[in-house]
Amino acid sequence: MSETADRVKKIVVEHLGVEAEKVTEDASFIDDLGADSLDIVELVMAFEEEFGVEIPDDAAEKIATVKDAIDYIDSKQ
Amino acid sequence: MRRVVVTGLGMVSPLGGNVETSWKNIIASKSGAATIQRFDASEYKCRIACEVKPKDHEYGYDASLDVDHKIQRQVDPFIVYGISAASEALRDAGLDNMTEEERLRAGCSIGSGIGGLPGIESESLVLATKGPSRVSPHFVHGRLINLISGQVSIKYGLMGPNHAVVTACSTGAHSIGDAARMIAMDDADVMLAGGAESAICPIGIAGFAQARALSTGFNDTPEKASRPYDVNRDGFVMGEGAGVVVLEEYEHAKKRGAKIYAEVIGYGLSGDAYHVTAPHPEGSGGFRSMQMALKKSGLSLEDIDYVNAHGTSTPLGDELELGAVKRLFGDNLSTMSMSSTKSAIGHLLGGAGAVESIFCILAMRDQIVPPTLNLDEPSESCKGVDLVPHVAKERKVRAVLNNSFGFGGTNASLIMKAV
Repeated sequence: MSETADRVKKIVVEHLGVEAEKVTEDASFIDDLGADSLDIVELVMAFEEEFGVEIPDDAAEKIATVKDAIDYIDSKQ
Repeated sequence: MRRVVVTGLGMVSPLGGNVETSWKNIIASKSGAATIQRFDASEYKCRIACEVKPKDHEYGYDASLDVDHKIQRQVDPFIVYGISAASEALRDAGLDNMTEEERLRAGCSIGSGIGGLPGIESESLVLATKGPSRVSPHFVHGRLINLISGQVSIKYGLMGPNHAVVTACSTGAHSIGDAARMIAMDDADVMLAGGAESAICPIGIAGFAQARALSTGFNDTPEKASRPYDVNRDGFVMGEGAGVVVLEEYEHAKKRGAKIYAEVIGYGLSGDAYHVTAPHPEGSGGFRSMQMALKKSGLSLEDIDYVNAHGTSTPLGDELELGAVKRLFGDNLSTMSMSSTKSAIGHLLGGAGAVESIFCILAMRDQIVPPTLNLDEPSESCKGVDLVPHVAKERKVRAVLNNSFGFGGTNASLIMKAV
């Protein structure tokens, strides 16, 4: 797993209070990890802070899975 | 009118994460006061408080027993305490698994005096230092006062009245009184009622200290600071926590064989119409509130064995409440006991009336009245009143009166009796 993936996973575990094993790359924030739309807003803010990137609203709306988040962050770094 | 009884109790206090631990420590004359741990208060006039203790403490509180990790992160502590207390109360009542039909007739009235002050403070700092796009999306609903009732209703599927009282330090008592009326008026069969507070944060301590409400002369001996009726009292000690009771229509409770702690028989409310922080100089608001509760209860003064006083340990407030109680009880003063449990757990503000109502109920259950700590030198006007100094006292307790008075001149009194 890449360094980005590790850090993303850690943030997801901390913010959503889910077990680390459940945070696979295919996991959907809403369907698999119990997040609601506001939780995703908060996660995106946490990713922005952690990686020093800006994730505009239209891009944030497309982030549905853990992999979507990792790919977006990697593409901006 | 439908009768209303108490069938469940729940509490988070500076002396315990549940009802029985808190009560055991209250009766053992323990104090929840200490130097503030949550932030560095060394530059503050008041450096002490009665904080809820972490879970590894002898009488600590474990939020994760009843509140999801995610919710704990998103909402202010007063909401977390409220959910915990409500959960304990529902389990105690045996109502944590109601049918849909029952849940349509079950509601919440759990308020707070101030609400999410720590979160308002910290997110304001985020706004100021990092800008608007860093403010939490959970900021608003994580701080709103009615969000204990909101969260609890969602967690347990309670679809009846969803309400939240905001009357400063009278909140807890008003919540119980109002919710009892909702049941009496047939709006619901079951109500979770009470209050919660957690305002021990820099702006909370600074604000109350600037209003000259907090004790500032006992920073080196925190457990001595809350001393209602003592000549050396100099203000209240801020507490935090939550108290929630399950109120239930009497026949409903009887039919399911519920354990009945007490009946809510009297509720009085009044306004001082005098000053935003100072009580009326004759204590007339508190007097009328007690008088109204007594009239509603149908009891005579000789039936009331215990008064849990508002008694915050402020120079003016204690004296005026005492005067009002003396005028009300008259010849019956000598047979009752009155104490202030704020001497042990501090002032829980919006949670006070609920937590203290629970202590009143337990006083009836166990036939013992909790003490007023630190009453070393009672003021002159205490003569003739049993203020239960230092140690709890076993005695007959048939009916109880609980007083709560708040900023803005808002007063509430509750009378309960054993069934």
